[in-house]
Order: sequence, then structure tokens, then C-alpha cells
Amino acid sequence: MAYFAKSPWVIHYDASSCNGCDIEVLAALCPGFDAERFGVINTGNPKHADIFLVTGSVNEQNISVVKEIYEQMLEPKVVVACGICACSGGIFHDCYNVIGGVDQAIPVDVYAPGCAVRPEAIIDAVVEAVGILEEKRAAMKNGKEA
Amino acid sequence: MGKATVIPFGPQHPVLPEPLHLDLVVEDEKVIEAMPQIGFVHRGLEKLVETRDYNQFIYVAERICGICAFGHSMGYAETVEQLMGVEVPDRAQALRVMWHELSRIHSHVLWLGLAADAFGFESLFMHCWRLRERVLDIFEKTTGGRVILSVVKVGGVVRDVDDAMFAYIKQVLEGLKDEYRQIMNTLLTDTSVKNRLVGVGYVSHDDAVAESMVGPFGRASGVNYDVRMLGNGWYGKLSEFQPILSNDGDCYARVQVRCLEVLQSIDIIEEVISRMPAGDIEVKVKGNPADGAEACNVLEQPRGECYYYARGNGTKFLERMRMRTPTSQNIAGMTIALKGCDLADVNNIILTIDPCISCTER
Repeated sequence: MAYFAKSPWVIHYDASSCNGCDIEVLAALCPGFDAERFGVINTGNPKHADIFLVTGSVNEQNISVVKEIYEQMLEPKVVVACGICACSGGIFHDCYNVIGGVDQAIPVDVYAPGCAVRPEAIIDAVVEAVGILEEKRAAMKNGKEA
Repeated sequence: MGKATVIPFGPQHPVLPEPLHLDLVVEDEKVIEAMPQIGFVHRGLEKLVETRDYNQFIYVAERICGICAFGHSMGYAETVEQLMGVEVPDRAQALRVMWHELSRIHSHVLWLGLAADAFGFESLFMHCWRLRERVLDIFEKTTGGRVILSVVKVGGVVRDVDDAMFAYIKQVLEGLKDEYRQIMNTLLTDTSVKNRLVGVGYVSHDDAVAESMVGPFGRASGVNYDVRMLGNGWYGKLSEFQPILSNDGDCYARVQVRCLEVLQSIDIIEEVISRMPAGDIEVKVKGNPADGAEACNVLEQPRGECYYYARGNGTKFLERMRMRTPTSQNIAGMTIALKGCDLADVNNIILTIDPCISCTER
């Protein structure tokens, strides 16, 4: 078992979420749900992060920001779309300024639906993301593309 | 004096839960000007009134902002009720006030935690968020949702609350009050907290009035303005209470005002529960808003005055729905507070206005 499974670091970015999912992401890390006891730590630095939690759908203005954070993260990395807006656009899918889910901008590995997404679902998604992270790392170690 | 340099701040920044971009013009360590740029969260949901009927739009209105979600659904429902001349039963109004004040507690305690995080007091942040979970438990038990409650409808509320649940709410709030007082004590008397907050980000009363600042941000600069005092809905039937004011206008005053407002909200909820009227929780709403009918409504959100305007066109769709949210008023005040501050205090000042970007941009 590698260090990822012990302590995956996450970075959170609010694409165009209504805040509901953002505060649930933070709530998942705070007492009550306390994902920190599994070693999940929230960081503000993309270079330190293994898992990218995106909330909200992408629009013209923030699509470049989402792409930039993703590109700054080091391999291996996993993207989790938190909430239905990040998965598909949700209730706002036909708004004029919404392009769609986060998968329109960057490849998404785990989808955690819900409006707002529940902290339990976020923890489940992060646990699944850790598994994918391990697979990607093993593939990199064997010299294959992740 | 050094040369002026522009430092970009955001949209992705550890202190910001939401994307806000600032261009900070800095000379040495002093900020001489701050230019905000918004638009990262704009979805264009006001236009959705053209494709969602007035009953469906309440769920869109609720998702303007996840922190003041209940307030927006309540404000929207009240506006449409005015538009159609619907008289809402007493019990529904009282329940709305109860949930609205609970969301104020949830929002303020959440914010106090984020502010503590901004000045580097991580354990206080965790304690605030631990207390906030109790309020979310009440939400979950009474409505089924944690942050998006979906409990208001045009003409009343969707769910009733029984006496056993009221007893439970009272009991939770009693426990919350004691623990909250300890946290408040740390926030207001701790020397390290005071060192970071007192005298930082000053906004004078005149500036606050000139920039029409609202909510706790304005009240911390002595602007005596709280929409609850207008007595809309069941607020008019409560016993008298006064807006919490401070004249200091600095970051510390903003923390103080919000700290005390939590206790005030707990008192209001206790009063609402003890005087809860019996009766129906909804009236059936039939028909459509009349062509050309207009209504406007104000509501005190956790962040300040929120203004709603609606116009009907005779169909089940509204012609126009418009909100003016508290943070869009307060961003001008934020640029005043940022002028002349140290670069290290920027995150404190931004946090103490309690920006809600998704409200602002919708």
C-alpha cells in the first residue's frame, strides 16, 4: 500500500456551484463527518493535491481556471465531480451561461451526484478515488501511461 | 516609497470558498487599491422564469445560494404570494420565521468558522463547524435536507412540525447556547484574535451610508438598518427586538455583530416556538399571476437586505423575476475597507464582509 491510501490530499474548487455543495465538501472534512481521520487533508495548492474536488458546472469564464488547476496538479491525479451540477449541469443545465458538467473541461473519474451532495457521498467518492489513484500509480510505475 | 505592483488574488485561493478575483495594487506591503472582478459563478438563472412555472421556480430560487437557500425560497414565495394576493396561514408564516432564523444561525456560525480559518485559528474553525452540525441536524429532522431544504411552497410550507419536534429543537438550542457562548468568548476576548482584527479594515459610518452597505457589514459601521424591523410576515408579531449595532467599523466589530446576532436568533426561535399558532400550513393557490401585476418584497438574509421583484404576464410563467442580493451591495464597501490595509490582512477583510458570490452573480 502506498502513501496515497494513507493520506490523500484534496483540493476544492467552486466552478459555478450554489455553495450548497461547497459547504458540504467542507463539512465532510470537519467534525461530524471528519474525513480528516482517514488522512484526507484540504490544501489550497494544486501541486500538493492528489484529488481534485470540483463543485458546480463550468461556464465560459471559469473553464480556463478549472483546466489550469487540473494541469498544475502532478500525476497521478483523480478528479471527483461533487454534486449534480458538476456531473451534468443539474437544475441549471439549460441556463444560457452553463456549458455543462465538469467533464466538458477535464476528464472526470468519479461522479458524486446529489443536490446538495451529502457528505457521506463525498467520503464514498473520495474512497473510490483513492482506489483509482492507486491504479494510476501502479500503471505509472510499470512505465505505462496513466 | 516602492513602485506600485498589481498582485492577482483568486479566483482559486485557499481562503476563498468561492471564486472571486481581485487585482490588488500594492505599494510595498500596503494595498492602495483593490479592483474586484466577478463572473465566475454566473449561471443566468433569472432567465429560467421563462421556462419554469412559478411553482417550479421556487426550487431554482432556492439554489441561488446554498447558504441562504431557505431565505431565497421564502423571499421568492412571499413575492409571488403578494403578486397573486394569497393570504398565508399564520402557522406557515411562523414556521418560515423559525427556519429562517435557524438558517441565520447556521450561516453565521459557518461564517465565524471561516473567519477563524482566515486568521489562522484552525481549531476554532473546527469547533464552529461542529456546532453548526447541530443546526443541520434540526434541518434534517424537520425537512429532510441539510442545506437545500425545499420546504417552502407558494401558499405555505410543505411540512408541519409537531410538538415533540419543537421540544427537541428547544433542547438542542439550549445545549447549543452554552457551547456557543464558550466559542464566542474565545472569538471576542482572545488576545491573538483581537490582534488580528481590531482596527483592521475600517469603514466609517458615512462611507457605509454612501455605499448603501447592508446587513451585519453595515450594522458594524453603525448603520441602523435591519429589514426584520419592518415587521413583514410573522416578524411583525414578535415581541420587540433591536438590531445589533456597533460603531467601530473594523473587522472586530463585524465579528462581534454576527456573534451577538446568533444569540438573538436563538431567542427569536424560542419565542416563535412558544407562541406557535395552530392551524393549517398551506392554502391552495389557484390561477396565474395577472398580466402586468407587479410585486416587490424585502427580506433580511443572513448577509443583509435582499430585494425581490416579480412581474406576471397572465400565464403560469412569470414575465420577470429579479433579486438584488446583499453581497452585491457590500462589494463596494469591501473595496473601501481594503484601501490602505496590509497585504496580510486582505483575506481577513474579504472574509469579514461575508461575501456570497453565488448570490451576487446568480
